[in-house]
Amino acid sequence: MKKIDVRKHLLVPRHEKLSEKEKDEVLKSYSATTDDFPRILKRDAALQGINVKFGDMIKITRRSLTAGQTVFYRVVVLS
Amino acid sequence: MLSDSEPYVYKKVVTVVFGVLSPKMIKKMAAAKIVTPELYDKEGYPVDGGLMDVRLGVIDPGLRCKTCGSKLKECTGHFGYISLARPVIHISFISVILTLLRYTCMECSRIMLPSAKVEQYGDRLKRLGKDKGPDVMRKKLKDLITSSKTAGKCPYCKAKQKKIVIEKPTTFFEDDKRISPIEIRSRLEKLQDADIELFGLNPASVRPEWMILTVLPIPPVTMRPSITLETGERSEDDLTHKLGDIVRINQRLFENINAGAPEIIVEDLWDLLQYHITTFFDNEVAQLPPARHRSGQPLKTLTERIKSKEGRIRHNLTGKRTNFSARTVISPDPLLELNEVGVPDIMAMKLTVPERITEWNMDYLKAFVKRGPKAYPGANYVIRPDGKKKKLTEDTIEASIEELQPGYIVERHLMDGDIAIFNRQPSLHRMSMMCHKVRVLPNKTLRLNPAVCFPYNADFDGDEMNLHIPQTEEARAEAELLMLVDTQMISPRYGLSVIGCIQDAISGNYLLTRSSFSMPREGAIDLLASIGVTDVSKLPKKEVVSGKEIFGVILPDDFSFVGRSKSREEPEVVIKNGRLVSGVMDKNNLGEGSGLLLRNLHKRYGKQFALDVLGKMFKLGVALLMKRGFTTALSDTDLPKEAKDAIWNVFGKAEQDVAELISLYNSGQLDMLPGRTLRETLELKILEVLNKARDETGKIVAMNVASDSHTIVMAISGARGTPLNLAQMAGCVGQQALRGKRIEIGYAGRTLSSFKRDDLTPEARGFIKNSFKAGLKPAEFFFQSIVGRDALMDTALRTPKSGYLYRRLANALQDLKVEYDGTVRDSGKRIVQFTYGEDSIDVSKSEGGVLNVKRIVAEVTEKEKA
Repeated sequence: MKKIDVRKHLLVPRHEKLSEKEKDEVLKSYSATTDDFPRILKRDAALQGINVKFGDMIKITRRSLTAGQTVFYRVVVLS
Repeated sequence: MLSDSEPYVYKKVVTVVFGVLSPKMIKKMAAAKIVTPELYDKEGYPVDGGLMDVRLGVIDPGLRCKTCGSKLKECTGHFGYISLARPVIHISFISVILTLLRYTCMECSRIMLPSAKVEQYGDRLKRLGKDKGPDVMRKKLKDLITSSKTAGKCPYCKAKQKKIVIEKPTTFFEDDKRISPIEIRSRLEKLQDADIELFGLNPASVRPEWMILTVLPIPPVTMRPSITLETGERSEDDLTHKLGDIVRINQRLFENINAGAPEIIVEDLWDLLQYHITTFFDNEVAQLPPARHRSGQPLKTLTERIKSKEGRIRHNLTGKRTNFSARTVISPDPLLELNEVGVPDIMAMKLTVPERITEWNMDYLKAFVKRGPKAYPGANYVIRPDGKKKKLTEDTIEASIEELQPGYIVERHLMDGDIAIFNRQPSLHRMSMMCHKVRVLPNKTLRLNPAVCFPYNADFDGDEMNLHIPQTEEARAEAELLMLVDTQMISPRYGLSVIGCIQDAISGNYLLTRSSFSMPREGAIDLLASIGVTDVSKLPKKEVVSGKEIFGVILPDDFSFVGRSKSREEPEVVIKNGRLVSGVMDKNNLGEGSGLLLRNLHKRYGKQFALDVLGKMFKLGVALLMKRGFTTALSDTDLPKEAKDAIWNVFGKAEQDVAELISLYNSGQLDMLPGRTLRETLELKILEVLNKARDETGKIVAMNVASDSHTIVMAISGARGTPLNLAQMAGCVGQQALRGKRIEIGYAGRTLSSFKRDDLTPEARGFIKNSFKAGLKPAEFFFQSIVGRDALMDTALRTPKSGYLYRRLANALQDLKVEYDGTVRDSGKRIVQFTYGEDSIDVSKSEGGVLNVKRIVAEVTEKEKA
């Protein structure tokens, strides 16, 4: 069986890890803590291949029906 | 109660702690110890130490409470208690008790987790408990313990553990040996506070041994009042019955133990006590037969009082009933304004509005009081400044007028222009409750303008609606400002008008604005005057004016618009400087939820103006039909002979084609479509041929029916019906489809016994070639009934399902809110969306969900020029 990298699939939006500095900026701009952010599992298929750890922030760039393109943030959790 | 002179003490609630009552606490808060199951003595007076003990509160008016001395309604009642002869398990804590027993050592009563691990995971467990609740925390703890290597052996005293199982509902076994509640209780007593905390319990408020009852609190009589029947007999509450059982069995258990009865008898009674106490808390426990009345209906005990739709929360707390409301059948009245509601006069004399007397309105309100409750704009009550309410009757009117002075409140009858909230269930969106202005009318139905039927989803086949009258100035102001029909015109779902012309109003405007329409100027003025338009200066000074010119009169002078209509002859609608230059007015422009005409009017001239113009359009359409006459007739479906022949030709051809397909299929020469079996291919091809035949007859019908017939006018303008409906009446009904296929069910290999087996011809599989007017053959009628019944079943089953689905969705989303930074957050300020709708557009301020950037740019540059 051929191994498929789901991240290259057309329906999987782009997931990027933010640096600590970028993460702090995002948190500040929404004046929120990581507890207030949506979460993503560390073992999520879209994160395989990226080196992430607990508490990292993932930036997701999606296509949107209403806005064309939109960004979303998630914080990595273990379980 | 506090009197005015006493200072009020304000305290801020910092925390609320939930816990389990300790036996000590139960005794401390009890006003009486209950020892006897008897309720009343021979004189009918409550027995001391009985379940209706006077110390537990008052339920008879006039009496004073023995414990606190307050009267009925002031005293909330007092708890009592009984001490149980043997401890009994509380059914609600079964699962907690089980985990505690399983995951603590049976010898040394320590948690079965080594101290190293406790140190390692303790804080994380507690955090989990805070975030997600104790259930999740306990689950995690269980996982930790079972996954450790020494499972089955105490990490502290090394004792081997026995397996504890539960036999539902309340019996525990340890390796097939039953453990009594006494044993369980003594084990729980030995648990250490630090260990308990790891199970998500706060040892200060919840000691596990309190989950095994040794004393039982008896709820006050005020929460289980007895009712006196007409016969003078007393009927006791379900809870009292249940408590009577408990006290009786408890007494017997005491006596048997004291008499030294054999252990089996004691144990039987103990189990019985356990059963009664379990059903006292919850009478719907699985594996337990519910306790019943003598009549056989199950008792409603504590849990049932709270739970589910008829329970305290959904029924009484969240679903309170209200005064100053009314409900009847609704009927249409196109002469009302869109934001009015017609209220029957008898309703208006029962619904009241409180008005406070000042020195300036004294005479005005005195007149209401003078007329009293029986003459129309009168008053029903007068409220004195001390809050005493006085009913106005013929005898009291005189005295009441005399004492009226500023500060009194008069509850006067409902009058024209008052504010009311109008509602139709199911209240699925905010437009289901809108504020209307009252118009008091004769007769006995609530009336509304048919144009607002759509947001309420109302029709007049017997629908009823509710009316609420706000009672304070604040409520009225809020209702008028936030809920008035005007403010609800643009849907927050798709950004277009939810109020529009319907039915006759569309037909009328369509007829009016067709190019062929013209009428004498005088007639046009008559028509406009009949809808309340008196300024006819816009009407051209000609003998004969066109319909488009008449329609233009109700448009504002500087309004321009370009849009499309449904019509094929005049698809382009152009309005220039308040004149309808070309195009017809049909559903695409006047209807709800379609076209930007109404949206643009709203945008440019504001809600009141837009609603006013819409009202005029509506009335204009209806008025024209009144003048011209409009009906639907059997002759509308008449076809000339040639057309009928043409239809038969189409059928002949289709039948031939199908026969050919079938013979191809039988000889195996039919080409298979990819992904289909041979049979499926045949079915698809037959369906295609038959649908084509139906469409062709539709076309023939559309071409040959008089284009001015009212039926076709309704279909073309979009007022009601489709060209397909007309084709079904005049031409042919067509193929009846069941779940997307031709009809196949019935007998083996055939649909009806009048056909041969495996007959694949159209008429044997639900094709109806007759029209509704010509009449259906028996087999055709049967096929239609099959499909009709299926559709009926479908709607009947879908409605409650989608209702529940909606309830869950609404509950999940109800406190989401757009914050000032544009994010959508829940009640805990957790982010759900980073930008509302991903585009930050408030749909109700957009045009059909999009911003018209071109127009905005044009507007801005225009402003800059000026």
